[in-house]
Amino acid sequence: MTTLETVPVVPSFDVVDTDRKLAIICSKGNLDMAYPGLVLANAALGEGVETHLFFTFWGFDMITRDRMAKLAFSPAGNAAMHLPRIGTRLPQALAPLPGMTALATWMLRRQIAAIDVPEVPDFLDQIVASGGHLWACRMSADMQHLTEADLRDDVEGIISASDFIEKTAGAQLLFI
Amino acid sequence: MTVTDIAGRTVHVDSEGFLTDPSEWDEELAKALAEQIGITLTEEHLRMLRFLRADFTTTHETATTRRVQAVGGFPVKQQFALFPQKPAKKMAYVAGLPKPHGCV
Repeated sequence: MTTLETVPVVPSFDVVDTDRKLAIICSKGNLDMAYPGLVLANAALGEGVETHLFFTFWGFDMITRDRMAKLAFSPAGNAAMHLPRIGTRLPQALAPLPGMTALATWMLRRQIAAIDVPEVPDFLDQIVASGGHLWACRMSADMQHLTEADLRDDVEGIISASDFIEKTAGAQLLFI
Repeated sequence: MTVTDIAGRTVHVDSEGFLTDPSEWDEELAKALAEQIGITLTEEHLRMLRFLRADFTTTHETATTRRVQAVGGFPVKQQFALFPQKPAKKMAYVAGLPKPHGCV
């Protein structure tokens, strides 16, 4: 059935929650665990939501210059790792074999590229270009003896946990 | 199916207002669609819209912001500047295309 609307039907783009804020804590440095935060940050920015990412512990590798392009994925301890085409699970006894991490990382990178999703450094470029804010954790920097010089230029600062809490007052928070 | 009047033109739209028949679109209509969401189209906007339209004819999917940058060559920053806050959906709407389905 066709209905005629005399008042133009227009998407409600202006109903933006201008107060909505999202804070994502990225605490993992494995390749597979880098993506959930990046995908959600990118989506939130595309909906006009102010977005902050806080990198801590292993997540520090995502913003560390000489590590961010080399994140890896290990099937060890991951019971959801299925073999391509065959579909069966990779037996956990095989997961720790030499070369398995390299193989699984190569496969995952290929799958990500196949659906036109950028690599981690490019993805962060896009997030910053979309207005996203990147913050590094003070404690992680101190533990790993890293300074701002070791991090991406667009990291806005190495800040304490309490500074992050203060900056993200009222935000919805995701811990990954 | 819903039919609505935009600037004296009768077009088919979905429940949100996105055009469902890409063939009803032309650049004149784009100007009227843009006005509905508070955007005054410039040549810069139109260049982006033309990419979206051309890309849609080959992929049958609306390009995401990522694709508009990677394939179309329009930096994400420029997309946000021209179609503020929600570039992907606003570009799709003004281009007379469905909302993009891709996550990235």
